[in-house]
Amino acid sequence: MDMMPQAVVTPPSPRIMAERQVRIEARDVNIFYGEKHAIKNLSIAIPDRAVSSFIGPSGCGKSTFLRAINRMNDTIPTCRMTGDITLDGNSIYDRDLDVVQLRAKIGMVFQKPNPFPKSIYENVAYGPRIHGISNSKTELDEIVEKSLKRAGLWEEVKDRLNHPGTGLSGGQQQRLCIASAIAVSPEVILMDEPCSALDPIATARIEELIDELKQNYCIVIVTHSMQQAARVSQLTAFFHLGILVEFGDTDEMFTAPQEKRTQDYITGRFG
Amino acid sequence: MSDHIVKSYDEDLAALKMLLAQMGGLAEQQLDDAIDALSRRDTTLADRVIQNDERIDMLERQIEERAITMIAKRQPMARDLREIMVAIRVASDLERIGDLAKNTAKRAHAISEALPRKLMTGVTRMGRLAQSELKDILDAYARSDAEKALEVWRSDEELDSLYNSIFRELLTYMMEDPRNISLCTHLLFGAKNMERIGDHATNIAENIFYQVHGKTLIESRPKRDTTSTLSMHNPNADD
Repeated sequence: MDMMPQAVVTPPSPRIMAERQVRIEARDVNIFYGEKHAIKNLSIAIPDRAVSSFIGPSGCGKSTFLRAINRMNDTIPTCRMTGDITLDGNSIYDRDLDVVQLRAKIGMVFQKPNPFPKSIYENVAYGPRIHGISNSKTELDEIVEKSLKRAGLWEEVKDRLNHPGTGLSGGQQQRLCIASAIAVSPEVILMDEPCSALDPIATARIEELIDELKQNYCIVIVTHSMQQAARVSQLTAFFHLGILVEFGDTDEMFTAPQEKRTQDYITGRFG
Repeated sequence: MSDHIVKSYDEDLAALKMLLAQMGGLAEQQLDDAIDALSRRDTTLADRVIQNDERIDMLERQIEERAITMIAKRQPMARDLREIMVAIRVASDLERIGDLAKNTAKRAHAISEALPRKLMTGVTRMGRLAQSELKDILDAYARSDAEKALEVWRSDEELDSLYNSIFRELLTYMMEDPRNISLCTHLLFGAKNMERIGDHATNIAENIFYQVHGKTLIESRPKRDTTSTLSMHNPNADD
């Protein structure tokens, strides 16, 4: 293996970390797809009740790392990982760990809204039901209503809960997916470019929602829009060629980044 | 710094920088002329300075418009963002410098031939100092040279202490003969204008430092202007 480049991590300021505990921690993580070394020697501590955004050019490894946080890469046969990722101090790569339970704790929202071809109600109720969080109809009704309210969708769909989820607009579908993700009371919500298929108004709604959700969740968002990272996140990590180049306060990253590579990327000088 | 992927972004930034260079050159010229007009009591030159101030104001508006358009169009980040913000601030300092030059030139009308040469010398000396400070800071800005900017920032102390001594000198002269008061007041305002120009130069220095390093100058600038607490009679003498 070639020389391992050391990631330059600006420790997040005490302002961000003081009142928050570390929720996710990665130590010396390397991820390979066959011969391709996709993530190189990455260590990072992601705090609770804050939004951390991952930015970087295509192929930089940001989505790969995001997927590693809820073991989505397990399904790719050629993918292997070294190092460890912990949630609240416990390894998520523990052999005895139930991946289904893990994914209830660490929810994920994808680029393209992917509701089930079922009713709006069923989309939200599915998770709590299979995870055995709720069995009684009244309890389930409550969870569905609460989740849709938190996702800012309730007012728009409360009169047509048995209509198909796929019949909603793109932005509404994405909020439905967020409602499904939070219905199982996760601790962490991962979002992989959640707004790239949405118009500016729908994007603003999702961003407003992210802003509200951060008071209770640890949120990690991968985005190609640097303006979005600047708007919604408190911490920003910049990835390049599989290396975490810089991780620090968003306010600092977009006004005065430490690393030249970060500077060049966010000002549009390479990418 | 390497170029943007979008070439017109670089062109926009270069055009902004060009306007600032123009504005800086004009402010320098105005200051030179204002000092000459005052020291030679050249009212024709003074009037020209007064008229030309409009051009500086116009440039400031142009710079501001361009900067705002760039922010809206390109959503600048990091160094680009700092460069554009600093351009707006520098333009506003230069506009103020223009105003102060104009105000100084105006006073050429009010100063009579009877002025003792010695008194004028002090004010002209302040003028020369302000001129060189302005020239140096504009050089530092054109070259984004934070070191040089810091030098100018520190050197402003000299202008402040010169102002203090001129203030005392003029005060003495006024006390000697109340008929000097009107004349000396004009000179005092002229001297104050030069001191203010020095302050705007230090503002520009602070902005250059911010543009280059992304941090503000926290170190406090040595202040030698004590005239705000100086009065004609000594309060302690009454006790």
